[in-house]
Amino acid sequence: MSGFSVTEPSKRQKWISGLLVITYALVTLMPLLWIIATGFKSPSDSIAYPPKIVFQPTLEGYVNLFTTQTRITPNMKDTLPAPNNWYEQIVRDKNMVIAGPSRYGQRFLNSIIIGFGSTFLSIFLGTLAAYAFSRFKVPIKDDLLFFILSTRMMPPIAVAIPIFLMYRQLGLSDTYLGMILLYTAVNLSLSVWLLKGFIDEIPLEYEEAALIDGYTRFQAFYKVVLPQAATGIASTAIFCLIFAWNEYAFAVLLTSGEAQTAPPFIPTIIGVGGQDWPAVAAGTTIFLLPVMIFTIFLRKHLLRGITFGAVRK
Amino acid sequence: MAQIIIKNLRKDFGNFTAVQSSSFTIEDGEFFMLLGPSGCGKTTTLRMIAGLELPTSGEVFINGEEVSQKRAAQRDIAFVFQMFALYPHLNVRQNISYPLKSQGMPKAEIKSKVAEVAAILGIEDILNKSVGGLSGGDRQRVALGRAIVREPAAFLMDEPLGALDAEFREHMSQELRTLHDQMGATTVYVTHDQLEAMKMGDKIVVMNHGSVEQFGIPQEIYDWPASLFVADFIGSPSMNFLKFHGTVSPGDTNVLLGGQLFDVPAQLQGASGNLVFGVRPEHVSLNPNSRFRAKVIATEYLGTTQIVTAETASGVLKARVPANQIVNVGEAVGLDFDPRTITLFDETTGGALLSKANRKVLDHG
Repeated sequence: MSGFSVTEPSKRQKWISGLLVITYALVTLMPLLWIIATGFKSPSDSIAYPPKIVFQPTLEGYVNLFTTQTRITPNMKDTLPAPNNWYEQIVRDKNMVIAGPSRYGQRFLNSIIIGFGSTFLSIFLGTLAAYAFSRFKVPIKDDLLFFILSTRMMPPIAVAIPIFLMYRQLGLSDTYLGMILLYTAVNLSLSVWLLKGFIDEIPLEYEEAALIDGYTRFQAFYKVVLPQAATGIASTAIFCLIFAWNEYAFAVLLTSGEAQTAPPFIPTIIGVGGQDWPAVAAGTTIFLLPVMIFTIFLRKHLLRGITFGAVRK
Repeated sequence: MAQIIIKNLRKDFGNFTAVQSSSFTIEDGEFFMLLGPSGCGKTTTLRMIAGLELPTSGEVFINGEEVSQKRAAQRDIAFVFQMFALYPHLNVRQNISYPLKSQGMPKAEIKSKVAEVAAILGIEDILNKSVGGLSGGDRQRVALGRAIVREPAAFLMDEPLGALDAEFREHMSQELRTLHDQMGATTVYVTHDQLEAMKMGDKIVVMNHGSVEQFGIPQEIYDWPASLFVADFIGSPSMNFLKFHGTVSPGDTNVLLGGQLFDVPAQLQGASGNLVFGVRPEHVSLNPNSRFRAKVIATEYLGTTQIVTAETASGVLKARVPANQIVNVGEAVGLDFDPRTITLFDETTGGALLSKANRKVLDHG
């Protein structure tokens, strides 16, 4: 057992490292776990002091999130027929009735449309541009690439006012198209640069082989280059989606009704029926899911994407 | 299957001329070698034949048809890359059938074609494997399979054995040559390995700095090099160059070298100034009676022969002599040259001087 050889760690070493990893994970996951837990608390439990670790779970927060409610008097309550289902029951217990669905579902759907729409567009345009930059002689290529990168050199919010005015003029404020275009414009520099790196790594010979085998340049691109760039495309897509999904500032500024996404909507819940923290936490929890699912789905590619180039011969 | 004619082919990359005015003819069914050091333009020439690079000027004829500006897919050729370029996302069978799919061939026909090719190459058992896990040799066979399956007019190969280890190269080069003899298809093969070129090729083009130095059958190129470059590049050890200053006139049959008159083939071309006396190591013999003296500085034992390195008044020289001849380092020896095999060069132009012996080879080239 020399100090230089790689040896199987002892039981104690495994224990210690396991403990360290779990501690670290708990610290970083704490806020997330707190939010998830709060979503299942009753409003009074959610603001209890000292904070409650053990509590009676309830779906009240989720019901409040998805519905609008009206208060009723106990007399009126007695005249109403019995609740039809569990969520009506939860609401009735607080002397309320459901007046209708809340706007959360719609806002969530907006987030899905705008987030995935702009991700798709960023990847679609980014892949084509990256391929051209990687393979063809483009006049003033280096300057163009620098220009594309330079759009990332200031925080996007620095141009908020011009964009706000432009969008008002063009009628793009509070539209799906406007938000998709905006997020695509911000993400495009990232996707072009990342994807160019991935495509540069794919040897030219594959396409040349395809050209000789009788395929056109475009067929060679989508039959040979794309499958091999899948890794890079997947990881780039995750980065693009995370940005578009979480973006808050522009969403607040440019959307208020039709095309409002979930991030600016969730805080507005606070103002409606007092400080309904469980509903906010429920909204946040549901909001986290799509990116988590998308990332888990592409995780295999993501890991390969990060080590791409490092392990390749 | 196809005759390929290259006429005044030229390729510029910006200010750099990769190939300048190459012309040669590849006959139908020939195994044709493009040989030269790296950067000499041989790969660019091959890529222009394939259509992966468009020539700046000049023409390429495949079977009489001018194709220099046509797309690779329209030239009916197959290309084997040094790195094999097997599609990594497809398995062996899919790789081999890929060119057939692009032609829209029915599935059943593709299947029987692939089976046929796999049988020729002896790779039936790996057809359903992914290409990632294959050995170098198997990858090479799959790459060949993908080339063969289309039955193209010509095969173009860019250092196809370059990525294999030395031991396996030997084996694959024989396999390739056998395959070529079976199929009889025109093959153009790029290599920087002169031994490989001599061993496998029917004909060789030797290129240097983008131009053709010499073109002919291996033996002619070896025996009668057209330039100092070819003489140096071909053969191991390469030809000995003994420099001398003097004048050669047409009709001369000997030259004065280090105070000794040596017979040479009757010269047809005159030259004067810095000249070079070229002799292959195997045409140097040790002769105690010779007045051309040298001091042995090293010997290398090679089994049946040995290479003796000796210093002469005209420069260092290597001789290939029988291994059983006793030669000691430090010993003074006399040297003799086989007069029928000598080539004289003009050092300034680098070209060989025409003689009665090399006229037949050099006149047409």
